[in-house]
Amino acid sequence: MRYAATYVRDWLDQRFGWEELIYPLRHKTVPLHRLSYWYFLGGITLFLFGVQVTTGILLLLYYRPSANEAYESVKYISTQVQFGWLIRSIHSWSANLMVFTAFAHMFSVVFLRAYRKPRELTWVTGALLLFLVLGFGFSGYLLPWNTLAFFATKVGTEVPGQIPVIGHWILVFLRGGEDVTGATLTRFFGFHVAVLPGITTALLALHLALVQKFGISVPPRVEDEWSYKPEQKKEMKFFPNFLLREVMAWYVGLGALAALAAIYPWELGAKAEPFASAPAGIKPEWYFLWAFQTLKLIPSRILVFDGELIGILGMGLAGALWLALPFLEPKRLRRGYRLLTGAGVFALVYIVSMTIYGWVAK
Amino acid sequence: MKNALRVIACLFLLTWGAAAAEKNVCLDCHSQMEAPLKVTPAEFANNIHAEKGLTCTSCHGGDATSDSDPMSRTAGFRGHIDRRQVPELCGSCHSDGAKMRQYNPSLRTDQLAQYKTSVHGKKLAAGDQKVAVCTDCHTVHDIRPASDPRSSVHPTNVANTCKRCHADGEYMKDYKIPHDQYAGYTASVHYKAMSEGGDLSAPTCTTCHGNHGAAPPGLATVENVCSTCHVFQAQLFDKSPHKKAFADAGMGSCVTCHSNHRITHPTDAMVGSGTDSVCTNCHSKGDAGFQTAEDIAARFRELSGAVDVSSNLLQRAAHSGMEVSDAQLELDSARDSLTKARVSLHSFNVKRVDEDIDAGLKTAQKTREAGLAALKQREYRRMGLLVSLATILATVGALAFYIRQMENS
Repeated sequence: MRYAATYVRDWLDQRFGWEELIYPLRHKTVPLHRLSYWYFLGGITLFLFGVQVTTGILLLLYYRPSANEAYESVKYISTQVQFGWLIRSIHSWSANLMVFTAFAHMFSVVFLRAYRKPRELTWVTGALLLFLVLGFGFSGYLLPWNTLAFFATKVGTEVPGQIPVIGHWILVFLRGGEDVTGATLTRFFGFHVAVLPGITTALLALHLALVQKFGISVPPRVEDEWSYKPEQKKEMKFFPNFLLREVMAWYVGLGALAALAAIYPWELGAKAEPFASAPAGIKPEWYFLWAFQTLKLIPSRILVFDGELIGILGMGLAGALWLALPFLEPKRLRRGYRLLTGAGVFALVYIVSMTIYGWVAK
Repeated sequence: MKNALRVIACLFLLTWGAAAAEKNVCLDCHSQMEAPLKVTPAEFANNIHAEKGLTCTSCHGGDATSDSDPMSRTAGFRGHIDRRQVPELCGSCHSDGAKMRQYNPSLRTDQLAQYKTSVHGKKLAAGDQKVAVCTDCHTVHDIRPASDPRSSVHPTNVANTCKRCHADGEYMKDYKIPHDQYAGYTASVHYKAMSEGGDLSAPTCTTCHGNHGAAPPGLATVENVCSTCHVFQAQLFDKSPHKKAFADAGMGSCVTCHSNHRITHPTDAMVGSGTDSVCTNCHSKGDAGFQTAEDIAARFRELSGAVDVSSNLLQRAAHSGMEVSDAQLELDSARDSLTKARVSLHSFNVKRVDEDIDAGLKTAQKTREAGLAALKQREYRRMGLLVSLATILATVGALAFYIRQMENS
């Protein structure tokens, strides 16, 4: 076995310079300190993305993206296809866990201040990847063509429709017409399986290349401690030491996914009825709840302006500022650092509390 | 300039004309009076007659535009209208097809004729002034169409309107009829459908007794009243042995088992030989009817139990996240079979009931199997999960061991 592995490695090395290719990986190190466990989050998100791609491809073998067939095909997957229920449940649960770990990864980067120079672009690509993950969630939610998804998409696509000048154009572009119809489903399917994966793959490759280029950031406080006491500085080899630990985390993630899928299989609900009235208390997926609840709480008019429009523009501005976070980092003032960390704490507390409020509110 | 003056003059004339048309001196005084002479402009404005352009004088005569003598006898002033004259007065328009066509072509014009055939009409003609006339049910100055929920004759208000006299023991004592109809009706399934379910087609007093021709249905005709809605039950009953037996015994058809006003939701316990059974009112142990009742009750219990078992199984499976919506939908047809069997009961023929019960049992069995298969699949999944988790745990343990070995060496 060992001989075969050596043979393959030699074969690759002679033709492609394998040793040269993996040289950076062999010499890549991971800082070892009391906060090192946060470094696993990026890897877990990547693993879940891999699960999504794999299960998504399997679902594609049976899924039919039309208003007449989508629901029935998902039902067929869940009831007739061998292990179809498992694949679908894992796809749905993994999507939700991926959104969670992506958010957790982002906030860990904020609080460890890993976005600092020279990693500004790593942050920007990461934040864009999070927006893409949310896009995956929004587009994938409609695909089973059930009642909740139908009306959630109707409400969700109305939000960008409020933007002045281009809002209506965006709404029509997203829906493939004035209303949510079979055209919207086909369009969302296209976004979900072609457009978003294409952009995500390119951006993910850039994100990983940047991580490889700049290495893993050390939190400023640990960095200070190490500068005073260099003997405390510890590192771990990425390959194989850290990677094996990461694989352990992936296994735990896989176990959690299997348990969730087996004990709480993802519900299908009732088929969408475009002419029926919306069910009472309809809500979006949990990761959009904070934004939904914010818009609900804003008064319909603020002075002479439309309240919802102000809310949408406000959230758009907050998103843009969030994306530009590394560029807002003050160069000298320590107070400025605290301000950004405070903004991060505020954003986290706001999102969590609004999500809970939206969850319990009727 | 001349044109401007002409326009101003026209506007003045139009305004004056409109004011004159709206002038109603009756209300000027009557709005200040105490009840029963008090009539407010708001009350009158809501009146369907006012909406159609009629005024006080349309019924009471006189001249509502005259400041000096609005109650002029020469202008036909009639003043207070005697109760005995009310039906004829209302009928002077409402029985006139040509007149009514101007206002509401779809409104019937036989109310007065019907009223004369009613118990109310007959007693009024005989000089009894306590019986209901038009204004007792429709009110006097606040008359609204029956389709208006605020109307005293809107389906949701009819029972309350009838109750004013028929639930008053003191008022009804001369007529020697019961006065518990309203109490019975408000405990009935019909009232619940109307008041809680908001079903305006559910029966109220007038649905069975008629409105203008109100009379109690006789024992022989009561099934005709019920059959207007419960068609299949009545058809089966007509062909059943009970039809003749009840008639011979001088008993009403439907009401013998279901009562008349206090018609509660029928249950399976009404059939058979239990304490709530109505069959045992006539049948006793040893007779053929008693046995039939027991047989039918047993079959009801059999299907009802089978549906419950399947329903519980499917619910358990659904709560575990299993996809059983098709089986749940199919189980509805077993419930339909039970409903059909309950209708077939009115034939009092076991074989006929059996047909529906057997069809339902077949479906219930099929859905039970689907529920059991779903629960078996759930166990299979959980076993699979257990094996997977054990494998994952072993792999994680092996990795941890390998890492420790590697780092120690």
